Amino acid sequence: MSKYKVVIGLEMHCELKSNSKVFSSAENSYNEIPNANIRPVDMAFPGTLPVVNKECVRKALMMSMVLGCTQPEYMYFDRKNYYYPDLPKGYQITQSHDPVGVNGKIIIDVNGKDKEVLIHDIHLEEDAASLDHYYDTSLIDYNRAGVPLLELVTEPCLNSAEEAVAFLEHMRRTYQYCDVSEADTKKGQIRCDVNVSIMDENATELGTKVEIKNINSFGNVYDAIIYEVKRQSELKDAGRYDEVVQETRRFDEESGTTIHMRSKVDAIDYKYFVEPNIPKYKITKEWLEEIKKDIPVLPRERKEKYINEYGLSEYDANVIVREKAYADYFEECVNLRMNPKTAANWLTVQIIAYINKYEIELKDFYLTPALLNQIIKELAAGTISSKQAKEIFFKSLEEEKEPKNYITKDNAQISSKEVLEDIINKIISNNEQQVNEYKNGKTNLFDYFVGQVMKETRGKANPTIVKDILKQKLD
Amino acid sequence: MDIIKTIEELHEMLVSKKITSSELVKESVKRAKEINKVCNAFVTILDDAKGGEVTDSLISGIPYGIKDNYSTKGILSTGSSNTLKDYVPFFSATAVLNLEKKGAIPVGKTTMDEFGMGGTGTTCHTGVVRNPWDPKRMCAGSSSGSAASVAAGVFPYALGSDTGDSIRKPAAFCGIVGYKPTYGMISRYGLFPFASSLDHCGCLTRCVKDAAIVVDAMKGIDKYDQTSWDSSNINLTSSLNGLVKGKKLFYIKEIANIENYPNASDELKEHLENFKKTLDILKDLGVTVHEVSVDQTLLNAIPSVYVCLSCAEATSNMSNLTGIIFGPRGKGNGVMSMMEDHRTNGFSPLIKRRFVIGSYILQKENQEKYFVNAQRVRRLIVNKMKELFKEYDGLILPVSTGVAPYLDGSKGNDTVNDDNTSVLEEHLQIGNFGGFPSITIPNGFINNLPVGINITGNCYDDANILNIAYALESAMPYKNQIAKMEVNNE
Repeated sequence: MSKYKVVIGLEMHCELKSNSKVFSSAENSYNEIPNANIRPVDMAFPGTLPVVNKECVRKALMMSMVLGCTQPEYMYFDRKNYYYPDLPKGYQITQSHDPVGVNGKIIIDVNGKDKEVLIHDIHLEEDAASLDHYYDTSLIDYNRAGVPLLELVTEPCLNSAEEAVAFLEHMRRTYQYCDVSEADTKKGQIRCDVNVSIMDENATELGTKVEIKNINSFGNVYDAIIYEVKRQSELKDAGRYDEVVQETRRFDEESGTTIHMRSKVDAIDYKYFVEPNIPKYKITKEWLEEIKKDIPVLPRERKEKYINEYGLSEYDANVIVREKAYADYFEECVNLRMNPKTAANWLTVQIIAYINKYEIELKDFYLTPALLNQIIKELAAGTISSKQAKEIFFKSLEEEKEPKNYITKDNAQISSKEVLEDIINKIISNNEQQVNEYKNGKTNLFDYFVGQVMKETRGKANPTIVKDILKQKLD
Repeated sequence: MDIIKTIEELHEMLVSKKITSSELVKESVKRAKEINKVCNAFVTILDDAKGGEVTDSLISGIPYGIKDNYSTKGILSTGSSNTLKDYVPFFSATAVLNLEKKGAIPVGKTTMDEFGMGGTGTTCHTGVVRNPWDPKRMCAGSSSGSAASVAAGVFPYALGSDTGDSIRKPAAFCGIVGYKPTYGMISRYGLFPFASSLDHCGCLTRCVKDAAIVVDAMKGIDKYDQTSWDSSNINLTSSLNGLVKGKKLFYIKEIANIENYPNASDELKEHLENFKKTLDILKDLGVTVHEVSVDQTLLNAIPSVYVCLSCAEATSNMSNLTGIIFGPRGKGNGVMSMMEDHRTNGFSPLIKRRFVIGSYILQKENQEKYFVNAQRVRRLIVNKMKELFKEYDGLILPVSTGVAPYLDGSKGNDTVNDDNTSVLEEHLQIGNFGGFPSITIPNGFINNLPVGINITGNCYDDANILNIAYALESAMPYKNQIAKMEVNNE
């Protein structure tokens, strides 16, 4: 750990989920075939014009509200001008003057403690094409050109790599909960720029800011910050802080270090100006109200409810709210009147392990809450043992047949007190000698009696009830 | 020669089978080739153009020309620039598609100032465009080839585009009608952009009614252009009734009065006198014409506001021209130097100068001073006009300082060396600032060369403006005139 105060600001780019691209009617979906999801406008053929996708604006406004930002009165876009082969128009349509949200604030959880994160702004823009570089050629795939991106910019208010990653995790989850993005880092849907500086603990002025651009996983964000803090601290320790200059670096995954890309003097003047092809339009209060209604209950609120109302442990609650799919599954179970703790236990232990093992999504998991309930109900009624329940669970998954098919009268557990009492009475009267030995202190014979009951019922007797009755009769 | 008739006359002839569409198209192509030798009006002449079906649509089966900055599927579309000298689009502009659906037959792509960024017709990659009334003179631009070919009687109409005055000034210099409707009435999808907030589609014709017919066919809301609007309740052609009694027009004293130009040439004097005569004709028609004074400072700002805004938007709009996806690939090691080579060798010096200006204006440290202020002044000018349009149906002004100048800039082009005339030259830009409907019609001759007058009205008031122009045109003898030019028939 550095002895200096670390100051971090994040820029998080997240691809939005939508049918078509943000300013084009081309499909917005991952496609392995290059240049398949394109319209003339995505390659900037002369005369093509952008048309705003209203659904993307809706999602951007929703996130603006979730982040506690102020929304602008009018929606409009700006051009960010620069030349690069992945940018066919020679400019990116983004928002600079009046973004979809400014001055937000959210509370996130960092290792069980609340942390306030200030949001500078959030804006809607388009992604660039993707480039593949080879020995002496580069290939351009325009599938990604024009894919909607939400860029979120925090104030420099995070103070450790842990906080930075906790914030990114929080946001990833929030995007998923609001269904605005799959927010899948593996698909390259989230990319981050990280600004890092260090300062003396009680200094009032921020240190020199170094930007690390285009980091594509949270693990790398963590590593980049740790490395960068170490690099800057060592220079400062050695009295060479003037060697920390305002610059843009990139993270090199292989070496785990950051590498100089360009210095501040090379900074590009993007010559932002209003995009003239998209008319300004008013964001009405009514529309905002409508969007607000669609904001789902977010993880922090859900977690609180799970702990306070359903009595779950903090650990279980955390596991469940990690993914919206988990939380929705759990809530559906509770709605089906399963015991919340039982449902949580099945979800966190059996189900999540199962889907992880087979690398499937919970939405593709065969046992829906309704099907799971077939097992849980019998278990609660005591007609099957928990061992049997697990067997049925796996059998049902294996054969993709409803659990009720495996809960037959034959294998049903005998939990009826009267039935078991009759059997036990019979066994006691048939084993007078053993009863006497037991009563004379040979208590390990207790298991002998349980065994006899099991033998008689071919293993279907509810062991808990059997033990209860036996204790009552013998002791 | 049948091709010189109006659209309605041609339609009548086609319907009554006095002529076939094939014959018309053939005649048009032949005429295009003839005048091209003199005027260089075409980048492409569609030799293989065929006649089409004649339907209820007035324009069906009738040939027309398309300015080369309209994207036309399968037809070379260069914008008269070397950067697109081999570019054959795979989609057509919405306006072209709209005409195609109604059976119009394109016979050529017309020469223009490179990407519309010029007003002389001298910056085309295929050479200078010459005025059919006098080939030593320019047509103005940028819709130079469209104006020349319509004036020379190649077809009854051609498409143009107008960012500053690119339809309306060449129309005046070629003695024809040039009309740009309200911004967004015609979709810009497929029009190579110059300055998006100022760019308009429109047409050049030889009479007002033809302009109404053509724009009726071109217009319509387009899902590919968010600035387009639904004009389905507007039928320009049927609004032309010539009833203009009680209409009110104004002209701007600081622009139209001869007293403003103490060093005025005879030509300018005659031009402004002729303007006043035209106002008398309007008065005879029952139209009130008032003189209105507008702040000279505001008027003087017009040309610089135009330069700031149009150059700024243009540098950005044309950043797609890199030679990577379309256009000839540049040479160089690495993609950035290939782009640089493509652009350095592809653009004419005029355009490059404008890019430099645009870039400068948009730079962070200059934006507030130039770009933002230009936007503010644009708003002031537009607000002033809108205020006047509350009281008046339209603004009427003379176009330019007189007749078409000589191409070599020599004798005869003796207008004036007076700073004030820059406003007289550039005032049509007001129509682009506000997106106002604006039409130029011929209103006479000076030394056997045509001059024009312009009427500009409030947004969405196209029918009214056209109707006033229609009535005025009917009261003057310049309707459907053709440039009499000598062509060598080999």
